[in-house]
Amino acid sequence: MAEAKKTGVEPVLRADNLVAGYLPGVNILNGCSIEAYPGELIGIIGPNGAGKSTLLKALFGLVKIREGSVTLNGEDITGFKTNKLVQMGVGFVPQTNNVFPSLTIQENLQMGLFLQPKRLSERLDAIFDIFPVLADRRQQSAGSLSGGERQSVAMARALMMDPKVLLLDEPSAGLSPVRQDETFIRTRRINKAGVSVIMVEQNARRCLQIADRGYVLDQGRDAYTGTGRELADDPKVIELYLGTLAKDVDAK
Amino acid sequence: MSNATKKTATEARAELKTVKQTPGASKPDAILVVDNVVRDFGGNRAVDVDHLEVQRGVITALIGPNGAGKTTFFNLITGFDQPSSAKKMFGGPSADKAAKWSFNGKLLGNTAAASVAKSGMVRTFQLTKALSRLTVMQNMLLGAKDQRGESFLAAFVKPLWAAQEKANIAKAEDLLKRFKLYEKKEDLAGSLSGGQKKLLEMARALMSDPVMIMLDEPMAGVNPALTQSLLGHIQSLRDEGTTVLFVEHDMHMVRHISDWVVVMAEGRVVAEGPADTVMSDQAVIDAYLGAHHDTDLGDDALLEEGAMDAPKKEKK
Repeated sequence: MAEAKKTGVEPVLRADNLVAGYLPGVNILNGCSIEAYPGELIGIIGPNGAGKSTLLKALFGLVKIREGSVTLNGEDITGFKTNKLVQMGVGFVPQTNNVFPSLTIQENLQMGLFLQPKRLSERLDAIFDIFPVLADRRQQSAGSLSGGERQSVAMARALMMDPKVLLLDEPSAGLSPVRQDETFIRTRRINKAGVSVIMVEQNARRCLQIADRGYVLDQGRDAYTGTGRELADDPKVIELYLGTLAKDVDAK
Repeated sequence: MSNATKKTATEARAELKTVKQTPGASKPDAILVVDNVVRDFGGNRAVDVDHLEVQRGVITALIGPNGAGKTTFFNLITGFDQPSSAKKMFGGPSADKAAKWSFNGKLLGNTAAASVAKSGMVRTFQLTKALSRLTVMQNMLLGAKDQRGESFLAAFVKPLWAAQEKANIAKAEDLLKRFKLYEKKEDLAGSLSGGQKKLLEMARALMSDPVMIMLDEPMAGVNPALTQSLLGHIQSLRDEGTTVLFVEHDMHMVRHISDWVVVMAEGRVVAEGPADTVMSDQAVIDAYLGAHHDTDLGDDALLEEGAMDAPKKEKK
C-alpha cells in the first residue's frame, strides 16, 4: 500500500537501474527501476517493445541482467536462477504457452509445486478454494481448455508455491470482456489475500483502475510513475500511451 | 480486384440500414456468403453456421465469448481447415445440406489456403506467424502478390523485376512507418516483442492489396494509443474499397469502427446488427460483455462474495 512506502517499510521487490537484453550488444532494458511494497498491486504499461515482458523475465531470472540489481525483501537476488527464486517466493505467469497441454489440470498444478511435493494436498485445497471451477475439472487435460481457463490454470500453478510476489504478463490478453473482468477481479482478490502483484497489461484502462501504483515504461526505462488514477488522468500518459479512444467512445 | 459496379463505402454502409437485424440476414451486396458450415471436434460442435453474409465495402466485427468458434470459422473459410459438413465423394451430407461458401462470386469449398489468399481474401492470425529468421522487411516483401521474380527463369534477369521490387520496398516502408516498425526493418522478426509481431502480421497482410482482409484479434497486445491510430488506417482501407472482417474483444474498438456486428456463441451466429443495437441486447451482455463492462473495477464492492459469478467461494 501507499502507506507502507511512507513509513519506510522495505520494498518486497526492488529493481534498480536494470539493463538487460537478448542479443549481444542490444539492450531492451536501459536502466529501469521499479519498487513493489508489501501488499501492493503494481500495474506496468507502455508501448509495444518498451521492455515490459523483458522486465518481468529479468525479475524472474529468465533474462540475464547485464547491469543493475534486484532485491527481494532487502536481500540481493540479482542473477539468481529461476528455481531459486520460486523457492524464495516469486511466482510468474507467462503471456503465452503457459500450461502443459498434454497434462491434466491437477498435474499442471502439481508441476507448480515440484519443489515441495509434500505439501501437495494442502496447497491443492487452498487453490481449489480460489478456483472452484478447476476442482470440478481436475482430470481434464489442459490442452482442451479455452484461453480464459488456461489463464486460470497458469495463475493457479504460480500460486501453488504460495508466493510473496506474483508477476503476471498480460493476464487478460485474448479473453472476452466478461472473462477479462473476472481476471482483474481475481487478481485483486489474490492481492487482498496478501500477495504483492506486479502485472504487465495492454488493457491499460482496466489495469490502472485496479492498481495501487503504476509505471509507464518507454524504451526500456520507467518514464512515469504514480497511483493508478494519477496515471490514467495524466495528459502526457494519455497522449503517448493510453489514447483517447475509450473516452471518446464512452462519451458518444 | 476492382468491381465493375464499384460503390463508395458510404453507399455500402447506407445499404446496411435496410438489412434486417436477424442472424443470417441477407445483405444487398454480399462479398462473402456462407452456408451450412459445420465443424466437429470429436463430439464437440465448434462451428455450426447455417447462413451468413458479409457486406462488401464495410467493416464487420465478429464478436463472441472465448470458445464460440470465431477462429475456427476463420480457419474454415480461408482453407486452413475443412468443414465436417463438406461434400464427400461417397456418403456425406446431401447437396442442399453440404457446406458451401463463395467469396466475390467464386465458390471456395475445397480450395487450398494459398489459392484463397490469391483470390483476395487475406487473413492474419491471433497467434502470430512471422518468419522469425527473416528480417522485418523480408517478411513484408513476402506478402506482395504476383512478383515477376517468382518465375524461375525471370529470377535470373534482374531488369525484369527490379522496378517491381523497388515499388514493393517503397510500399513496405510506407506501411512499416504507419505501423511504427520502420526503425526495426533490418531486425530479425524473431526479435520483435509480441505486440510488434502482431503489427508486422497486419502490415504484411496489407502488402497483398487484399479485396477482403480478415483480422483475428488484431489489437490484442497492441498499446492503446497505437491502436487508435491504426483504426484510422483500417477505416481509410474501407473507404478505398477493402472489405474488413475482424474478431476483437476490445469493445471500444468494435463500437468505434465497425459498421456491422455479428455475434457468435457456441458455434452459431446468434445476433447481427449495428454495434449500438447489438451491444445493448441483454442476451449479449449476459453471455459476453458481463455485468461490469461499464463499471470501474477499482470498486471494493466487487471483492465481496457473490459479486461475480465465476470464482464462487472466495477467500477474502
